[in-house]
Amino acid sequence: MGEAIKIRASVQGELTEIRFLMPHPMETGQRKGPESGKLIPAHFIQSFSLTANGALLVGGQLNTSISRNPLFSLYARGLKPGDRIAVEWSDTKGDRRRDEVIVAVS
Amino acid sequence: MAAPDTGREGDAIVRETMPDGDRLRRLLLKAAGAGIGVGALLAADLLKPTAVLAADWNRAAFSATSLSEAIRAAGASGSIDSGSIVIKTVEIAENGAQVPLEVTSNVPDSQSISIFVEKNPMPLAASLSFAKGALARVRLQLKMAESSRIRVVVRAADGKNYHASREVKVTLGGCGA
Repeated sequence: MGEAIKIRASVQGELTEIRFLMPHPMETGQRKGPESGKLIPAHFIQSFSLTANGALLVGGQLNTSISRNPLFSLYARGLKPGDRIAVEWSDTKGDRRRDEVIVAVS
Repeated sequence: MAAPDTGREGDAIVRETMPDGDRLRRLLLKAAGAGIGVGALLAADLLKPTAVLAADWNRAAFSATSLSEAIRAAGASGSIDSGSIVIKTVEIAENGAQVPLEVTSNVPDSQSISIFVEKNPMPLAASLSFAKGALARVRLQLKMAESSRIRVVVRAADGKNYHASREVKVTLGGCGA
């Protein structure tokens, strides 16, 4: 299921920046293993969603050309302390991971 | 980058997107028996999770190996050059495995942002859609195989596409990363 997604929401008045890091190898499928010399199969996050209190804010579809351990910043209006921010991803192997944070008092 | 091994992985995704088919069916049957509508289940947050996720990963667009095909499959054709899309990135990237990119769209009613690295083996890198409450703005990191233009296409609510682009020089390619 992968490591926990690290999510940080910083409220600056009306605007909130939500930064999150999704630990994932994001294998391109064209890299060779250092020992085997064989291609490592593609394995990457295909989709993620960012929600606030259960409502979708941003949906993303990704390719192999997103860096390993993808780090995103996204922005929302009108969030306040106590709101629940969740990030969920699914990858090419059908693995999923969902984590949530509560917006803190700034 | 070879096209991802599609078939089998695709199936896995489909399985995963139908969260526990059996559980869902039981839930629906039970709900029907109890005279509860699907609406009530939705309201109760029971049917929501993950169905949105991976629902429609655009395989044709992401697997396309030519820029024109990727743009066409992503529905990003016929775009108009726009000064309302702000792209921030580095001019020279020493490490193609991690090229920072920030895109802000000031196009009114921006619905989505698609990012193409024109010379990558599969040009479409990401496609983001923004719902109410979100700003059409994103920061992320790209892998770049070689020096290339990054092209950003924004779709507005009226269905029109707008684009802007920036050139990035890469001194060490990131595709083997």
